[in-house]
Amino acid sequence: MKRPLLLALCALLPGLAAAAELRVELELPDLRISDYRRPYVAVWLERPDNSVAANLAVWYDLRMRDNEGLTWLKDIRQWWRRTGRDLTMPVDGVTAATRGPGTHKLAFTGGSSPLGELAAGDYRLVIEASREHGGREVVTVPLQWPPTAEQRLDAGGARELGRVAVELIP
Amino acid sequence: MKTTQRIAIAALAGALATPLASAHEVWLLPSSTVLSKAGYVTVDGAVSNDTFHFNYRPLRIADNLVITAPDGSRVEAENLQPGELRTVFDAKLEQTGSYRLAVVNAGVMASWKEGDESKRWRGPRTELEANVPADAVDLRLRESAGRVETFVTIGSPTQIEPAGAGLELVPVTHPNDLYSGETATFAFVLDGKPAADTRVTILPGGARYRDSLDKIELITDADGRIAVTWPKPGMYYLSTSVSSSDASLRNADRRSSYSATLEVLPQ
Repeated sequence: MKRPLLLALCALLPGLAAAAELRVELELPDLRISDYRRPYVAVWLERPDNSVAANLAVWYDLRMRDNEGLTWLKDIRQWWRRTGRDLTMPVDGVTAATRGPGTHKLAFTGGSSPLGELAAGDYRLVIEASREHGGREVVTVPLQWPPTAEQRLDAGGARELGRVAVELIP
Repeated sequence: MKTTQRIAIAALAGALATPLASAHEVWLLPSSTVLSKAGYVTVDGAVSNDTFHFNYRPLRIADNLVITAPDGSRVEAENLQPGELRTVFDAKLEQTGSYRLAVVNAGVMASWKEGDESKRWRGPRTELEANVPADAVDLRLRESAGRVETFVTIGSPTQIEPAGAGLELVPVTHPNDLYSGETATFAFVLDGKPAADTRVTILPGGARYRDSLDKIELITDADGRIAVTWPKPGMYYLSTSVSSSDASLRNADRRSSYSATLEVLPQ
């Protein structure tokens, strides 16, 4: 009984409606190799003209002395070109330590950092992974923002990235 | 003093020979062109007949090396080491932005008659008056100027200021912002003025591992510009030269040459 009322209220007062959410699940494959190093990973949202709408996550080695971990940021090369080279690291709420194999869940809220306010339109969610002594891979998921209905978009990588799932919640 | 002079003369002869060695590629090859953190790059300099393989002569590098930092200041090379087939140096790059690493040579060759005797002199232009008689008979002057360079960027690319003298590339597309499949535009200027209708040759490195050179030849337009679409990622050798006469030096024949090592990145 309560729910239709709430929905009606949300429709009447869009300003009070819950902000849209972008959820990302990304899998880093479990590579059974002797010199495995955790990959550097960047997740961002870009516009059709390749300009960057939001930097969502950058995982790199924060713990090396003398900031040596910065040295390989350029190897997340698409991200480096699009936005990385213009940033001063670390970026609050975006950069974090590298993560190991497994499925990692990220959630972002429209209007809040780091997603922020986005103009309505077409976007691409881009996930790029680059691994020392290993390869590099980019997975791109086209999406529309803001979402009008709940939507799940599946994608995946072949080598450096595993399963990728994007959930859009209005 | 004598020895120093002899070395200087030998060095200058080398400098003059370099731009004329058109059959060979003359290049600087940096260990990285794009860096995300301040640090060292190491650079090889060589004269070769197989692009980016040192297989002929070392590039003579001494006081002719000019490393310009993003703020316009000079960086001194470290560990400069001439070898038999290449010269090596390190450069500590500490600022964010684009560095220009260039070997710049210039000089004049004079030949004239004194009675039955043929006289020759070569040296820097500033010393010409002191060494060649003003009334020399059958005087022939040949001037040469060459620039061999490469670019390295830490972080975001910044503007490359033109040197303003000799033949040089003026970026329209930044030389550290080149990507496979994309089109880059470069302007060429001679003493700051557009070098129109000039042939520019671009060679992808690694010809040793293929049957054809895959040379790209382009002619600059009225504004001295070329546009090149990079066929694949890798290191490229770009070269061009202009023959002209120098009105400020008794209409001497002047040859200006330019070469650059450019890295094209994958998408």
